[in-house]
Amino acid sequence: MSDLKLELKEKIIEQLNLEDVAVEEIADTDPLFGEGLGLDSIDALELIVMLDKDYGIKLADPKEGRKIFESIDTMAGYIAEHRSR
Amino acid sequence: MNSSFQIERFCHIRNHRISVNGEMLFETPETDFAAFIKASYKSLGLSYSKFFKMDNLSKLAFIAADILLKNETEKKIALVFSNRGSSLDTDRKHQESIENTADFYPSPAVFVYTLPNICLGEISIKHELHSENAFFIFDSFNPSELQAYCSSLLRTSNSEKVLCGWVDYDKGKYDAFLYVVAKNGIFAHTSEELTRLYQTI
Repeated sequence: MSDLKLELKEKIIEQLNLEDVAVEEIADTDPLFGEGLGLDSIDALELIVMLDKDYGIKLADPKEGRKIFESIDTMAGYIAEHRSR
Repeated sequence: MNSSFQIERFCHIRNHRISVNGEMLFETPETDFAAFIKASYKSLGLSYSKFFKMDNLSKLAFIAADILLKNETEKKIALVFSNRGSSLDTDRKHQESIENTADFYPSPAVFVYTLPNICLGEISIKHELHSENAFFIFDSFNPSELQAYCSSLLRTSNSEKVLCGWVDYDKGKYDAFLYVVAKNGIFAHTSEELTRLYQTI
């Protein structure tokens, strides 16, 4: 699971162009949206695409993303349970 | 054409150089646009994380606008930009992502920049402008059309100033020439003077 969390941090930084953020600055429990990493609605869509492309997970209801994308912990937990890739 | 308005200041970004009123502000040996614009961002001391999410056209427009507006207190500033390639560079990236139906993962972050006037929105957000804006597509820098439109806007709308000019990016080639038009300034707001200033650097 810790490998997956590290992979997610690296993917998020690269795919969301978080130029001034380092992997070690993202704690597993940090909120990804709002006062945490400060991601926005377009970033949320990018994360939905990333789940599909990299892990074979299609979110039928984008609202599901709210809980899944709360933090690296919640993302990693959801991916570990539902991934097909 | 004569005009009662004047140009307060202008900025060029081309050939890995940035200048204001014809004087060099920043220069780097980096010829690659991505490296050049990132070095410009750092050199100008900017801290705006959303910058790195923008497409290249928006980055170019954003830096030129920020240089001209950073000490500006007037908020009634209309934006009138123009270019040759529209958002074609980003349009191509989006097209590439949707061509292969077996690997169909278009990026929402790319798609949102498939309009040239998105760069006007980025500037409006940063500088809190709630003003009129327009983006024209011309074959080349068109001082007479811009001069006429700008003057009309200043006469008929509630805009006190207009940030106007040319910002073009395609396939790594870039050229920006933005200027601020107001009631008072130091350069005549005429087609002839705009042609001269555009060619200054």
